[in-house]
Amino acid sequence: MALQSLDIVRRSATTTSSPNVRQAQTGTVAKLIDTTKCIGCKACQVACMEWNDLRDEIGTNIGAYQNPHDLTDQSWTLMRFAEYENPDKGNDLEWLIRKDGCMHCADPGCLKACPAPGAIVQYANGIVDFHEENCIGCGYCIAGCPFDIPRISKRDHKAYKCTLCSDRVAVGLEPACIKACPTGALVWGTKEDMQQHAAERVEDLKSRGFDNAGLYDPPGVGGTHVMYVLHHADQPQLYNDLPADPHISPAVSLWKGATKPLALAGIVLTALAGFFHYIRVGRNEVHESDEQAAARETERARHE
Amino acid sequence: MTNHWVDIKNADLVLIMGGNAAEAHPCGFKWVTEAKAHNKARLIVVDPRFNRSASVADVYAPIRAGTDIAFLGGVINYLLANDKIQRDYVIHYTDASFIVREDFAFNEGLYSGYDPDNRSYDKTSWEYEIGGDGFAHVDPTLAHPRCVLNLMKQHYSRYTPEMVERVCGTPKEKFQQICEMIGSTATPTRAMTIMYALGWTQHSVGSQMIRCGAMVQLLLGNIGVSGGGMNALRGHSNIQGLTDLGLLSNTLPGYISLPFDREQDYDKYVAMRAYRPLRPNQMSYWQNFSKFFVSLQKAWWGDAATAENHWAYDYLPKFDKLYDMLQVFDMMEHGEMNGYLAQGFNPLAAAPNKAKMTAALSKLKFLVIMDPLVTETSEFWRNYGVHNDVDSSKIQTEVIRLPVTCFAEEDGALVNSGRWLQWHWKGGEPPGEARTDIEIMAELFNRLRKLYQTEGGAFPDPIVNLSWPYIRPNKPTPEELAKEYSGRALTELVDPKNPTNVVRKRGEQLAGFGELRDDGSTASGCWIFCGAWGPAGNLMARRDNSDPTGIGQTLNWAWSWPANRRVLYNRASCDANGKPFNPERMLIAWNGKQWIGADTPDFKVDDDPTAGVGPFIMNQEGVARFFARGHMTEGPFPEHYEPFESPLGYNPLSRNEPRAVSNPAARIFKADREALGNVAQFPHVATTYRLTEHFHYWTKHVRLNAITQPEQFVEIGAALADELGIAAGDRVRVSSNRGHIEAVAVVTKRIRALNIDGKTVHTVGIPIHWGFTGLARPGYLANTLTPFVGDGNSQTPEFKAFLVKVEKIADASPASGQKT
Amino acid sequence: MSDMTRRQFLAITGSGLAGSSLALLGFSPGPALAEVREFKLSRATETRNTCPYCSVSCGLLMYSHGDRSKNATASIFHIEGDPDHPVNRGTLCPKGAALIDFIHSPSRLTHPEYRAPGSDRWQRISWDEALERVARLMKQDRDANFIARNAAGQTVNRWLTTGMLAASASSNEAGYITHKVIRSLGVLAFDNQARV
Repeated sequence: MALQSLDIVRRSATTTSSPNVRQAQTGTVAKLIDTTKCIGCKACQVACMEWNDLRDEIGTNIGAYQNPHDLTDQSWTLMRFAEYENPDKGNDLEWLIRKDGCMHCADPGCLKACPAPGAIVQYANGIVDFHEENCIGCGYCIAGCPFDIPRISKRDHKAYKCTLCSDRVAVGLEPACIKACPTGALVWGTKEDMQQHAAERVEDLKSRGFDNAGLYDPPGVGGTHVMYVLHHADQPQLYNDLPADPHISPAVSLWKGATKPLALAGIVLTALAGFFHYIRVGRNEVHESDEQAAARETERARHE
Repeated sequence: MTNHWVDIKNADLVLIMGGNAAEAHPCGFKWVTEAKAHNKARLIVVDPRFNRSASVADVYAPIRAGTDIAFLGGVINYLLANDKIQRDYVIHYTDASFIVREDFAFNEGLYSGYDPDNRSYDKTSWEYEIGGDGFAHVDPTLAHPRCVLNLMKQHYSRYTPEMVERVCGTPKEKFQQICEMIGSTATPTRAMTIMYALGWTQHSVGSQMIRCGAMVQLLLGNIGVSGGGMNALRGHSNIQGLTDLGLLSNTLPGYISLPFDREQDYDKYVAMRAYRPLRPNQMSYWQNFSKFFVSLQKAWWGDAATAENHWAYDYLPKFDKLYDMLQVFDMMEHGEMNGYLAQGFNPLAAAPNKAKMTAALSKLKFLVIMDPLVTETSEFWRNYGVHNDVDSSKIQTEVIRLPVTCFAEEDGALVNSGRWLQWHWKGGEPPGEARTDIEIMAELFNRLRKLYQTEGGAFPDPIVNLSWPYIRPNKPTPEELAKEYSGRALTELVDPKNPTNVVRKRGEQLAGFGELRDDGSTASGCWIFCGAWGPAGNLMARRDNSDPTGIGQTLNWAWSWPANRRVLYNRASCDANGKPFNPERMLIAWNGKQWIGADTPDFKVDDDPTAGVGPFIMNQEGVARFFARGHMTEGPFPEHYEPFESPLGYNPLSRNEPRAVSNPAARIFKADREALGNVAQFPHVATTYRLTEHFHYWTKHVRLNAITQPEQFVEIGAALADELGIAAGDRVRVSSNRGHIEAVAVVTKRIRALNIDGKTVHTVGIPIHWGFTGLARPGYLANTLTPFVGDGNSQTPEFKAFLVKVEKIADASPASGQKT
Repeated sequence: MSDMTRRQFLAITGSGLAGSSLALLGFSPGPALAEVREFKLSRATETRNTCPYCSVSCGLLMYSHGDRSKNATASIFHIEGDPDHPVNRGTLCPKGAALIDFIHSPSRLTHPEYRAPGSDRWQRISWDEALERVARLMKQDRDANFIARNAAGQTVNRWLTTGMLAASASSNEAGYITHKVIRSLGVLAFDNQARV
């Protein structure tokens, strides 16, 4: 791993274990998104595209401030806007704006779901990164993601998402979105520091009548390296359906449990050789024939 | 700004009204979020829309567009009625105790002296009682019925919470809550800042809205203190600098006004501006006017400006009336203009009533465009389908378009809204043959000068004698020009008290405007910038960001005018004895011998406070004015007038005076009055504004910004959308009496229907950023809709409140806007 | 398990096998494939500037190709906020963060152009032609319409038939020289964006 500037602790679909001697001795990193300071200006969206050399389409307006309309292979982060009349405050209006994007889960469903070796990695500092060179475009990372984040590019059929600017972090800089954020709604540091920062913010919010203010760091995915401060931590769904208790899809959990021993069995290799070619060349849509092939392999493995 | 961006972090309360800092100045707005997070500050937003600033506010109150004086007048009434004023400050630092002339009067919306035929006032009665000694009469006990404070009390007693609710549509409880929060800053240790921008200036009573805000701040003792102030957020990156440099029809650099026709006598011209003190012992700094003026004339005309020719006084044009933008475009429409130059300005998009603008530009003989980008103005003659439906063959204007560099391709200084002059450096080469504005103006001038030298012509003297000392005449460097506007000694300057003491050598840069003289021995192209490039070099390029006291005073970062002072009127942050009102956030203090502290004192540095010199040293009174005397066009106290297109058609505050429905002294031409719409045809109140994703009409040429906000839209409240059967994403037509636009509807709860004097009034929000050139989807110029009416003092158009009609477009197919 | 269809199960296990097996076949990703994206600013030239949009005037760091050596043409490829700047402290709004696309906008003008009366198109001209024409048009108009004295016989020395709007996004130095030149001609119809 001599060439590597960030130490990898996990990689997708790889049975050889990653080097684990070097650890994040001074703590893992985290981005804290304070929705209570966010004005929805989209500086983060622009800074992300600018730094990462991306340019989404010039789209249309569909009757909302949100643009582009959804995350794409070019838009790795997106402001989502919601108007909420707060019954606890005399139905005063609140404009709940949430920066959507990869949460960099400690227990990443995308990585677990990914069948392409080394296409998804997790660094010791907590960042979950996609290495598109290895991506086969199957889209399983999307199914594996409890937050519906990765997007497959129509141009190269590979999956893309926020890297947490691993190239900047590797040289000691903060991610581009964090640096740009005009109001300090995005802050950056060790996860511990960010949790402390969040605690101070929550105290301030409580003094302003937001009794349920809190930190969003969902345990169902092992906690995240992107966290939110919410005015209404008891109702994350108010923020454009932020999941209340995200978990990795049971499908992904299952395949982890089922396939690992299968893979280790090794006998399947020859039979699968032809199948690899297909996977590596085209988008891995599951056709009936694939399903039958998979069924055959499953059967064989069981009989071994 | 009286203060500066970073100082906002010291505020205890922030009022954003007439602006939308989060949307239009996000990185400055960070100091609001800092004040909230680290100074326990509360944020109030008062706006027709629940906007991006409101999204992080503690209290939001809706208000009908154009009624801010009614709201602020109500606040003044609350503060005076409930004694929520900083009494010592008001008594010592304002004109509250000054006695006003007996013949001054106000009745049913009109002040004494109104001349309806000329839509103007004889302001003679708008004055203090002046004694035989030339000083104003005062009553420090504030008992006199005609002292300014009592007149104010009387004037604003009509602005009750009920009246505020009727006029503004702001719910009474919200208004009351806001008044109480504002009143809490009357104590010396709490400060409120007011942040405003074009939401106040772009009204027919814009200047008076701002005055009204300033009056609230003076009552609370919030001017001159850290965390306080009246903070104009301002527009373009150097709008402050160009205003400071006097690029307006009637001004010269440094807020020097040009002479009128009648000012044929140079000495009288100077005497009119060298204001005499109105109270004993006051500084009245404009008494130094002749030093500023003569130094400017020496910078411009060098040896040709002499004592004998009154420093080339005749070289300056004298004006008979204002030739502001509205006046000039009106003249242009009437065929009275032949040529026009637009340098980095897109008037077809930026001025009101696009149809009138197109007609005006079409009557020009020639139009010269200098710009980095393809502006709409430069292609006003080209057909762009529905978005610019003109017949090129019928437009006889000759157009010359010149490519200009952008910020990244040149050195120079910009002045931010906190008055900081900051130097920047070139980082890349311009595209193609683009040249800097400096090179273009220099070469154009040199060609003109040569023509006048060889051919002669009309009054060539000011042209052939213009001082042009640049080493390469067609390429003056920014450094040469910066040194020139800062100023230098033309001869050896000696100390008048001790002639053996040489203060400045001949040719040496001056350290500040205190060194300027009116005998022709100094030159300074802009006296308030004097010292920016001083004897020690270019102070605008300084980059020491240390903040020794932690209150955000980085005095060694760049340079601010005047005299590197960061908070104007900072003497008023101390009591009469020179002790800071709030020691926690001390700007300056008197140490027994001199003024010291975290800022450059806005006072003579060794003036003992007990001598009684007032802190507002530029004013003749030495104190701040509640009573504007004759300085404002429409009256000494701000009064609510309806927008020229009013959803009421009457003024609830002066119901019986038809001449006082709208500003009786605002700028409006006859044909434009006829182009106004009425509420029967155009029932909805419209207001135009910027979005944070875009900057005016530039960023539709910028791919990243076009991506984040690609297509023209208007914002419609949910109630109006229901009434008209409009769903989010539908296309709508918005019409005024001057034209129409079509756009996507954004339907939102953030715009509320307001109850105005018993009537439901809907507001329509119109972002301005689209047009027929650029990368974003083609759209209509928003100023197709706006009225051609201007504020009485600034002539700024009324873009923020006018009448429209919204309709759903039955055919949902997108408008054809193909480029030709 | 219960909310999983048979199809999902099979699909996942099928490709799971594929993935896991790839590694065992010797396709273990090499170090280069796991490298993060190279940091693109390492040796770029950094220049300090000020954002040209609003009057907050945020400090910028502009990164250009080359090291200012004689043979390298500086072209800016990235812009971010200046962390030393007291106001923006490195932050930028969506406009400032997009400045790179302003500099390189396809709408940038690159050469002088001329539109003849009644024409529907531009024609390219040289700087010399453009400036000579503008100077000539201005002089003709000034000489024809300059007012030295008004009806009352007062000296007024003004030229009202040509006007100018100046750019309030240009520098002090550009503004200063523009004012000096325009006023020397006697122009009164002169404003900047402060008026709107």
